Amino acid sequence: MKAKHQRMTLVVLALVAIIGAGLIATWALRSQANYFYLPEQMAAEPPAVGQAVRLGGMVQEGSIETQADGITVNFVVTGNGDSTIPVTYSGILPDLFVENSGVVAEGSLQADGTFLATNLLAKHDENYVPRELEGLEGHQAEDYAETVAQSTRGIE
Amino acid sequence: MIAELGLVALWLSAALAVLQMASGAMGLAGGDNARFAIYARPAAVVQAFLATLAFFLLLWAFAITDLSIKLVATNSHSAKPFIYKLTGTWGNHEGSMLLWVAVLALSGGLLAGLERRLPEKTMSATLGVQGFVALGFYAFLLLSSNPFERLPVPALEGSGLNPLLQDIGLAIHPPTLYVGYVGLSVAFSLCMGALITKQVTPDFAKVMRPWVLGAWVFLTFGITAGSYWAYYELGWGGWWFWDPVENASLMPWLAATALLHSVSVLAARDALRTWTIMLGVLAFSMSMLGTFLVRSGVLTSVHAFAVDPERGTFILILLGLYIGGALGVFALRAGSIAEGKRFTATSREGALVFNNVMLSAILAIVLLGTLYPLLTEAFDVRVSVGPPYFNPAGAIFAIPMFLVMAVGPLLRWKDDKPARIQFELAMLAAVVIAVCALVAILGDYSILSVLGLALAIGLGIAAFLPLRGRNLRRVPTATWGMVMAHFGVAVALFGMACETAFTSEKLAAVAPGGVEEVAGWTIELESVDPVAGPNWTAVEARIFASRDGGERIELNPQARNFWSPSQATSESALVTRWDGQLYAVIGDQAGVDANGNTRWQLRVWWKPFVTFIWYGGLLIAFGGVLSIVGRIRVDLKRRNAKALGDARREDMDALKGDSVSGGGPVPEPAE
Repeated sequence: MKAKHQRMTLVVLALVAIIGAGLIATWALRSQANYFYLPEQMAAEPPAVGQAVRLGGMVQEGSIETQADGITVNFVVTGNGDSTIPVTYSGILPDLFVENSGVVAEGSLQADGTFLATNLLAKHDENYVPRELEGLEGHQAEDYAETVAQSTRGIE
Repeated sequence: MIAELGLVALWLSAALAVLQMASGAMGLAGGDNARFAIYARPAAVVQAFLATLAFFLLLWAFAITDLSIKLVATNSHSAKPFIYKLTGTWGNHEGSMLLWVAVLALSGGLLAGLERRLPEKTMSATLGVQGFVALGFYAFLLLSSNPFERLPVPALEGSGLNPLLQDIGLAIHPPTLYVGYVGLSVAFSLCMGALITKQVTPDFAKVMRPWVLGAWVFLTFGITAGSYWAYYELGWGGWWFWDPVENASLMPWLAATALLHSVSVLAARDALRTWTIMLGVLAFSMSMLGTFLVRSGVLTSVHAFAVDPERGTFILILLGLYIGGALGVFALRAGSIAEGKRFTATSREGALVFNNVMLSAILAIVLLGTLYPLLTEAFDVRVSVGPPYFNPAGAIFAIPMFLVMAVGPLLRWKDDKPARIQFELAMLAAVVIAVCALVAILGDYSILSVLGLALAIGLGIAAFLPLRGRNLRRVPTATWGMVMAHFGVAVALFGMACETAFTSEKLAAVAPGGVEEVAGWTIELESVDPVAGPNWTAVEARIFASRDGGERIELNPQARNFWSPSQATSESALVTRWDGQLYAVIGDQAGVDANGNTRWQLRVWWKPFVTFIWYGGLLIAFGGVLSIVGRIRVDLKRRNAKALGDARREDMDALKGDSVSGGGPVPEPAE
């Protein structure tokens, strides 16, 4: 009888831990739902100042401006609507960071309303689009589908 | 001819897998059918030979750049350096699946050819399951991803291989991970065999242990190599990105780590029988899930090949079939497996169970975080899950795990009193608290890196405590393996915490002749020049770095542009010192300075002890190797002793003539 008892204790312990992990994960993931913002979402419901979030959208044409120090770049990100968010980034720009192309900026919103990016994720190659931006790229979506269709090359 | 030969070899392998499966099932049925069981072993061995042959034929086709084969034409290029032509064989979907299948067949062949310790019935069931698993993958390869497909008209030139993959990292990283994934398939088959024939015994655990250890060593090594590759190749200076595909390799590792410890308990103490089987199923499920995530294209990540729903569905069906089947057998048989030996909470088994549960919980955290974006996508909500989720949620379970890991090996099997090791406990607690306090006073660092640093130092000391008071020359090799692996965890953790807490970074636009300072290093940009490689052009910086006025070291980071396919990459330059690495990348032109000289973006990091992350990974893998060597030596000794005992018994019998022999039990050397 006692042997059965121990096995039960083990099973219960394991279940409690796994369910605990599941609950923690669910709770944390729900707050992660607020992790990714489109410009219109950020304009409507801005995240707390300093909170680590991602902002994704298109780089507005003619908005890329390099500062005098040569490493700080200002640009404007647009989404589906009219909202725009100004972004400041210091660092080496991704190779495929160009106007009218998608970008995901990691960083936080500052008190003055600009988004201070610590990292920019742009396309690594012509086949890669940040997952959050699929469907956002309007005129580029077709090119993208075509590239994927005719090419099986990719990377591991 | 090569392609046709390869295809024939694959079809024959698939046929042999059917024979192996049927023969294994016959062996299980017993009675008159049992005589068919003899075909399972040869079927597995010949299959291993054929599948490996198929892989080498594809390798040959890539080596000679046979452009009449579609796969070669789409993934290779005649101008590519020879080594990357070879590694390009598995730098694509079909080729990597063929590699996977070849390794699967090879390990099945090894199991069939070498393993003699299991009861015949269990072996039949195991080989049958292994044949079933292999058959699914042959079907996948032959029906939806034929690597040997010919083009109607041979291409004039291949379209090349992604430049990020033109690196020696690709030669190492995927094959080692695959060996790890596939080694877990053998553990899975053994678990199923033991479960079907109700032979979940310490002997079965001893048979399974080297397979789990081997798979785990390869996974550890593959993850370590992949992390270092991403670190220097992507030019971001990060070593872990919580990318879904990285997670896909981490999850089987977590499950295999848990399985490894629980199978040791089963082998040594005959406890945790059902738990071990469950983990065996879980570990292979995670391998399959990893394959699904990477191969199906559901993830648009750097790793995904092409979006192809057919392939994804195929792997998902295989996953459902194997895991559903395994859980079904588990549900039917789990009740009939007797409870193992008992133990108290404060025993080595207790500590191992606790950490098994913690590992499973971390696995659950990683799994949910990886799948969550896919789930929400179904409802058209795009979410990205990153370090702000994984780090704290994982740490909730990792911190108690590390604490118990420090103490567990000091406890005795079955039952122990914590008071016996109170000196060690007090010392470790003092070390951890002291380091925490010291680091927190010295600077303002994130709580996780402070805790990580303290735990790493505590663990580093604790790893060697099991050796205290023992004659070092008589400590079994397997115990040295455990000490090494645990010390490796401490070393890796130390590297991670140091990198997170103490990295210094310098980012500037510098004209040739300009000088920058970072963490005691003086960086001088001498010149920036164009250079060309076999299939790329680049701008290359000549940088001289010196530490505290010491020797000047030349660094040459490049910004490369490949032309087939067209893509830009950043080649970092590294200076390794015992206490860290200097990491430099060159960016774009950044205007001109006051004197009209062109400026270039330069980004330099000093990352203290970052190399310890990978040294730690290597130590962990090395610990696993030591453990395998130790186990196999003990096993060989036992076989010799048994053979000797048998021979002596025969002699005795011969001497006694017709009289009945005693034939007492053969003495076996201790574990």
